[in-house]
Amino acid sequence: MAFLELTHIRKEFGGANKAVAVRDFNLQVQKGEFVSFLGTSGCGKTTTLRMIAGFETPTQGTITINGKDVTSVPPNKRNVGMVFQSYALFPHMSVSDNIAFGLKIARQSSSDMKQRVSEMLQLIGLEQMGSRYPHQLSGGQQQRVALARAIAIRPQVLLLDEPLSALDAKIRVSLREEIRGIQKRLNITTIYVTHDLEEALSLSDRVVVMNAGNIEQVGTPFEIYNFPATPFVASFVGTLNQLKATVRDAHTIVFEGQTLQVAEPIAQKPGEVVDIAIRPEMILLTHTGQGNALKARVTEITFLGAVVRVQLKAGQTVFDLDVFNNPNLKLPEVGSEATVSFAPEAVRVMGGVVSS
Amino acid sequence: MRQKLWSWLWVVLGALYFVVPLYATADFSLRAQKGVLSLRAYENVFKDPKFAESFLFSLQMAVLTILVSLILIVPTAYWVQLRLPKLRRVMEFLTLFPFVVPAVVLAFGLIRIYSRPQLGGLLPPLLNTPALLVASYMVLALPYVYRATDTGLRAIDVHTLTEAAQSLGAGWATILFRVIFPNLRVALLSGAFLTFATVMGEFTLASLLVKPAFGPYMQLLASSKVYEPSAIAVISFSLTWACIGIIQLVGRRSPGQAQLAATK
Repeated sequence: MAFLELTHIRKEFGGANKAVAVRDFNLQVQKGEFVSFLGTSGCGKTTTLRMIAGFETPTQGTITINGKDVTSVPPNKRNVGMVFQSYALFPHMSVSDNIAFGLKIARQSSSDMKQRVSEMLQLIGLEQMGSRYPHQLSGGQQQRVALARAIAIRPQVLLLDEPLSALDAKIRVSLREEIRGIQKRLNITTIYVTHDLEEALSLSDRVVVMNAGNIEQVGTPFEIYNFPATPFVASFVGTLNQLKATVRDAHTIVFEGQTLQVAEPIAQKPGEVVDIAIRPEMILLTHTGQGNALKARVTEITFLGAVVRVQLKAGQTVFDLDVFNNPNLKLPEVGSEATVSFAPEAVRVMGGVVSS
Repeated sequence: MRQKLWSWLWVVLGALYFVVPLYATADFSLRAQKGVLSLRAYENVFKDPKFAESFLFSLQMAVLTILVSLILIVPTAYWVQLRLPKLRRVMEFLTLFPFVVPAVVLAFGLIRIYSRPQLGGLLPPLLNTPALLVASYMVLALPYVYRATDTGLRAIDVHTLTEAAQSLGAGWATILFRVIFPNLRVALLSGAFLTFATVMGEFTLASLLVKPAFGPYMQLLASSKVYEPSAIAVISFSLTWACIGIIQLVGRRSPGQAQLAATK
């Protein structure tokens, strides 16, 4: 049985003209797993997190933690640690007092409390800062204290709501590694809400991609990146060429009048229009005679540092191709015709039938 | 340069408008003995047992008013901010009433209602108890205490702090007393001292409800003595200034306030 289980969760807001924030959300999280909710703002990821914390009550469905139904248990009885985007440290308390807050409420003895606080300060590398006040710390330090405060109470589940969004890029990277390190060491079941793809992919055991209140895909970062299940996921996970093609048979499609081979069998019937996705880095500027060849016109070339992006146009459709930059790179002229190639494995046909 | 001169002229004129009467009062209060400056008037004031009596009575009323107001208003303002933000405008409007309804009207209303036994005879008429005075002072203090609290609450992230405390296991009482109250310290102190100053000098209600308060005592003194009223006016002014000074002092010293200011 899963450690944290969300079953048929639905959340509606408002009375007469109600808005559905989350629809039929089902998820099982194992003990010690790190799961990210990834999506744009308003997709329902934070609402779902807040339902796990107990700040919102689901309109329908149940939430169980460690086998116990907590759906209607108030937040202060759930033993769930929470880290907020805005740190939410108590401004009138020192760092140590902030960390000790939950322990005081749990009526721990003062010696236990002292020991736990110094353990936590050590864990976040702020041993010397116990007597400082939050306003005397940098943003990164404040968020580390907030993490220590949430972990100090030995929560069953740790919830992080975009904890790095308010920090600058450099600290974001170092702190996210620190968060992952601490989470692994303590084996805490963790839910992490973010709109940052890189954060979700680099941190998580599994990623839940959400859109408009629905789960689009649940999978490992590898699966999400390489095998996006829906057009939304495909568009969300980095720059991806999303093209429309017509099915010819189980392994062939027609794109802008040119026939392409597809490795995986296509579920849709011949004649149907489907969404296909091809990563720009999977397309080669040369044609080796193997795999798919595609004739297109070069419309633009952009240097992006390590990568050079070539924009091509086949028929009426524009798509991108990425090549690694090197001094010997020979690029085609803008406006010239080129034949590019890619393996049948690089073509991914999306599951749903396209309506338009 | 010319403009600067003009601004200074206005500042000096404004300052004179406030300072001259005060100086005159203070100077007059020192002239109880002919020909020399002395503290005779102050001695007379302090010697009068009625002074201590009425001062202590008003002091008690002020402290009670502040305590009961805080207990009633802080949780209310907190709840409005947290869960009923739509009610905020209504609350702000309500807090203006004590300015709109004159104290005389309030006093007559209270007398009419509370001169009879209450709750069908279960309680004696409240008119004769200090409780009624405290209650009516609370009405007068409402704008100061509510607005000070509301301003304080807006300066902190009430929602997130509440949720952070909840996730750490805190119940409502703990959140209020360990998280919200301490972060409102400066705001509440300023509300409390304004209430204190108001109650200490209040005349209308105390007089009409016939209570031995400091306001009516000052009035009585003014109508029967010459130098003493000036002395008591100076004392009263000093008291108010002391209150404001304490607000400033506490506001500057309190830890965490710098962050509150920074997050604002």
